[in-house]
Amino acid sequence: MQLSTKHLLGIRDLQASDIQIILDTATQFKEVLQRPIKKVPTLRDVTIVNLFYENSTRTRISFELAEKRLSADTINFTASGSSVSKGESLLDTVNNILSMKVDMVVMRHSASGAPHFLAKHIPAAIVNAGDGINEHPTQALLDAFSIRENLGSLQGKKVAIIGDIMHSRVALSNIYLLKKMGAEVMVAGPPTLIPIHMTEAFGIPVEYNLKKALEWCDVANVLRIQLERQNQVLFSSLREYSLAYGINRRMLDSLSKEILIMHPGPINRGVELDSDVADSKQSIILQQVENGVAVRMAVLYLLAGKSTNL
Amino acid sequence: MKTILTEKELDITIQRLSHQLLENHLSYQDLVIIGIQPRGIFFSDRIVQQINRQIAPEKITYGKLDITFYRDDVRQGLHTLNQTDISFNVENKTVVLVDDVLYTGRTIRAAMDALLAFGRPAKVELCILIDRRYSREVPIQADYTGRSIDTIITQKVKVLWQERDGKEEVVLL
Repeated sequence: MQLSTKHLLGIRDLQASDIQIILDTATQFKEVLQRPIKKVPTLRDVTIVNLFYENSTRTRISFELAEKRLSADTINFTASGSSVSKGESLLDTVNNILSMKVDMVVMRHSASGAPHFLAKHIPAAIVNAGDGINEHPTQALLDAFSIRENLGSLQGKKVAIIGDIMHSRVALSNIYLLKKMGAEVMVAGPPTLIPIHMTEAFGIPVEYNLKKALEWCDVANVLRIQLERQNQVLFSSLREYSLAYGINRRMLDSLSKEILIMHPGPINRGVELDSDVADSKQSIILQQVENGVAVRMAVLYLLAGKSTNL
Repeated sequence: MKTILTEKELDITIQRLSHQLLENHLSYQDLVIIGIQPRGIFFSDRIVQQINRQIAPEKITYGKLDITFYRDDVRQGLHTLNQTDISFNVENKTVVLVDDVLYTGRTIRAAMDALLAFGRPAKVELCILIDRRYSREVPIQADYTGRSIDTIITQKVKVLWQERDGKEEVVLL
């Protein structure tokens, strides 16, 4: 039982068997999290730095909790308030941290490819916690884990990824993963938020009509409108977006079947999801957050076992 | 290849061990049997079957424990994970850990560590089918032993079970 890779840079580099191993391992860690004492001593000799060059609530807390539940030592680094503001380069910062004997780096960066760059230059194992508009592999893994938990398997399931596909690393990682695991994927949203050539690049259908996408799918993974990544006006107002692409109770009730609603968070309530959808029993959003810890424990455990650096 | 226990002997041994367990724990309400994944499960299934037959219609509390996360050799290659299934608290219970072969004792050390995540047992005992004596690397001994044997390091004890191997016996390779 071994991963084929030393780092987790993106789902694109993983094989289907790797994904299977991670999800199966996460099942065991989920059981650990139900115990009276939710902690195992497995990584007590491992030191992990959480390198966050970009804001994060869920992912950072989730990784930190996963590390602590595995008994690893952790250091938290956020770019604001560090020597990055004095002009220290990424590589210098990381090399300085590594010289204090750190074994793994969990990293979020606003530049796509930053963890790949780092992987080429440093010996530690790297886990990508989101890089720019490229990938967010642990999010896709926890999404897959949550789908599997609710629907039994990924094979043949229809997943619609809805909203801001253009600026979303979650969308890209999810597309890679779902395709590798034999699920059917569709992207839906306004034409201005969906990159052209999606069908040619990934062989997946694109739908501009929300109702049709929801009719088609078993699972709707609704993405956040990333206002901070939009340098130009791609839709006229949030109200207009909400009217055309916001999911509300009335729309879900009009469907012929009950679908699962997922969201990677944070939710813009009343924009992509209405509260009566986000808080309904069809929504597994909080379950996703819970599963995130187990999935990240699995990733860290499997990579630590691989690492020759340790 | 040498046979240590034939199918018949294995059956008698399992019966003896389950009777001993009951004899020592007449108030079996506080008794908990925990099989150690992956190979101890076949043996613990049999023990529990026998005990349940004796105390029917009641049933003994039974769980399964995977100790992978507690091993001291995690970094020397990963082991396949198995399911832990302990849906009860072991606080103040008498826990009997059940495994098929006792060799270096490291598995049992890890199991005792892992067990503490489920509460503080009043007492922990160890029930073993085959004891490879004089091979211990940590000070651990069994309270109930099926058969003690002398082995050398290059030898391997293999326990075969009907549901997995199609026949039932214990051999020394």
